[in-house]
Amino acid sequence: MFRKQECVAMLLAGGQGSRLGVLTKGLAKPAVPYGGKYRIIDFPLSNCVNSGIETVGVLTQYQPLVLNEYIGNGQPWDLDSMHGGVRVLPPYQRSKGGDWYKGTANAIYQNTAYIERYDPDYVVVLSGDHIYKMDYSKMLAYHKDNNADCTIAVLEVPMEEASRFGILNTNPDNSIYEFDEKPAVPKSNKASMGIYIFNWKKLKKYLEEDEADPNSSNDFGKNILPAMLNAGERMFAYPFEGYWKDVGTIDSLWEANMDLLDPNVELDLSDTSWRIYGRNQGMPPHYIASTANVQNSIITEGCNIYGTIDFSVIFSGVTVAQNAIVRDSIVMPGSVIEEGAIVQYAIISENVTVKSGAVIGKRPEDMDNIDDWGVAVVGDGVTVSSNAVVAPKEMIDKDI
Amino acid sequence: MRGNDVVGLIFANMHDEQIHELTGIRTMASVPFGGRYRFIDFSLSSMVNSGITKVGVITKSNYQSLMDHLGSGKAWDLSRKRDGLIILPPFGQGNALYHDRVEALKGIFDFLYHCNENHVLMADCDIIANIDYSPIIRKHVEENNDVTIAYKYDKLPKKRKDNMVLSLDSTGKITNIDIDPPIEGSCNFGLNIYVVKKQYLIRIIENAITRSRMSFLRDCIQANLNSGKFMAYPIDTYVGVIQSLESYFKITMDLLNQEVREQLFPIGRPVYTKVRDDMPAVYGLNSHVTNSLIADGCIIDGEVENSVLFRGVKVGKGAKVSNSIIIQGSDIGDNCNLNYVITDKNVVIKEARTLMGYDTYPVFISKNSVV
Repeated sequence: MFRKQECVAMLLAGGQGSRLGVLTKGLAKPAVPYGGKYRIIDFPLSNCVNSGIETVGVLTQYQPLVLNEYIGNGQPWDLDSMHGGVRVLPPYQRSKGGDWYKGTANAIYQNTAYIERYDPDYVVVLSGDHIYKMDYSKMLAYHKDNNADCTIAVLEVPMEEASRFGILNTNPDNSIYEFDEKPAVPKSNKASMGIYIFNWKKLKKYLEEDEADPNSSNDFGKNILPAMLNAGERMFAYPFEGYWKDVGTIDSLWEANMDLLDPNVELDLSDTSWRIYGRNQGMPPHYIASTANVQNSIITEGCNIYGTIDFSVIFSGVTVAQNAIVRDSIVMPGSVIEEGAIVQYAIISENVTVKSGAVIGKRPEDMDNIDDWGVAVVGDGVTVSSNAVVAPKEMIDKDI
Repeated sequence: MRGNDVVGLIFANMHDEQIHELTGIRTMASVPFGGRYRFIDFSLSSMVNSGITKVGVITKSNYQSLMDHLGSGKAWDLSRKRDGLIILPPFGQGNALYHDRVEALKGIFDFLYHCNENHVLMADCDIIANIDYSPIIRKHVEENNDVTIAYKYDKLPKKRKDNMVLSLDSTGKITNIDIDPPIEGSCNFGLNIYVVKKQYLIRIIENAITRSRMSFLRDCIQANLNSGKFMAYPIDTYVGVIQSLESYFKITMDLLNQEVREQLFPIGRPVYTKVRDDMPAVYGLNSHVTNSLIADGCIIDGEVENSVLFRGVKVGKGAKVSNSIIIQGSDIGDNCNLNYVITDKNVVIKEARTLMGYDTYPVFISKNSVV
């Protein structure tokens, strides 16, 4: 028995996130740790629950083990409910063969049956690679007020950066008349945030037509949205104000973590009216020793800090030994920084051991040639041996 | 059979009077401890980690905060279709409020009759320890004991009521029990943790009640020592016994010792608690923290030393918090100076206040107070 839901969310979580390199070697991008105790997917999932959307399909494909485990029965987000809740939806075999998800649109198309069970009026399509807090119910109200067929959330970006985004050109009433994917000369600064609301019946029709077209790449941005616009459907841009960050690259992931340390950045995770939920590791509060020196940082449960930490984000169960220095860096769960090691401008992935005296990354001001500078990355489970050096921009996934 | 043939029983209100400052508005079980826990989390998690899948929590009074904390038992994996967490409020005809363990157990006879398990593990909430009960249970069953009592060899906790001191022979059999003996120095004292054959427990309780003998320790344990098989089991890991605000303070400060933390929070045997989903602790530009335990959700702009800060505590700019326990949600204003202070939940200390206690007499600020 399935209760009708006004709105069902479909979360695209199958992407590899290849630009994150070694960080997504063993897990899908939405499962990448963020902000001390979260994973990226906590943001769209928490937004859904806080917005009153309690039926969420998560479309997985690339390296789903960690993501599946993490979502589990959805209990940390209150999505373990009798009606709806969270459901992980991998591609599957049918009587006449089966396919991987060929594109974002095809992923939704293949799960038409899942959506139809809830007989929804609207479908929200989300992606699992952005950090933001957003009330989807306000966007849905906007969608209904405009009697729209499709509403796309947009963020006004600085004009000089607009050519990096998918840009929507709109009329004064915010109705969309043109899509401009990464335009060389942008006409507007309204960037698509990858958040769509559709009338389900309309979307279903376009998905079916798209599937019948053998030349289509079955993608929302490339196929579905242009087809709807060409057919004259009512499409609106929903202006969003607030913090939003795509964490698709090493630099942007590093920046998005550092943004949590900047009091001027709008992303407030301490707001109890819009909590971001995540799976808890059951660790005790963290310990800061007499030898420690901690400033401008965020640190979570299970850590033992004996060294120096400045401008860093420290995840659960991390140990930083005496005389070790961690600056401007991100240290993910379970990693150990041993005595005298120096970690600067780096992302240390999960369960890494940095042996004593090792040096990872460098400050930009210490570089001879600033073009060689970048964030250093150490992949999951790697041991960096004593006195080894990991250069800026370097990415390692094997012991050195 | 699921589980390990043992049903757990936790007495939520025993020892309330020992630490009345913190139990005036709650049960002993729900006294906040260690930055993010409540006392009951230790007994409950120890049981769950030892393979016990059914736990009854016996309550008496002021158990609102306890119910809120436990919920359905999900945080301890005790929200189950079969077994799980069962709250046992006072029950019986006439004046249903029990006075001693004997009456409390009599009140839950129905529950005990309906349990399929053949053994009962009883624990209170005044013991801070992460105990693996499985070797105790195994020994109890293998040796066919009637009663197995867990004990600690250490200095006798001073202000504790009904201290039970055990004399043992070389096999661990209890040969004598002294109650509140005038002992200085170390001895084997009982932790009020018992593994008992269920039928034996019901029999000794019924016997005591028919003779209007109402002390569990004296009339059920001490009196039967020679008629049943009573064995003892030593606990080698850290045990903190809470018997006063002073010992609450001392045991909390023990958490700043890494060895104690490793014994209380070993990897693979976590202490579970209700999760609050706070963001990680934030350290500001001028924060200076040394030798302290800090929970998630704290925002620290001042100085903190030798202290334990619970979830969601704020320490303002220029404030100095030393040797203190700041319980959940308290707000320490700018330029305050606190030394040897315990604040209960949601206390507000306004700007530039100075509060000083002493290590044997910490200042206590009650819940929701504004200083």
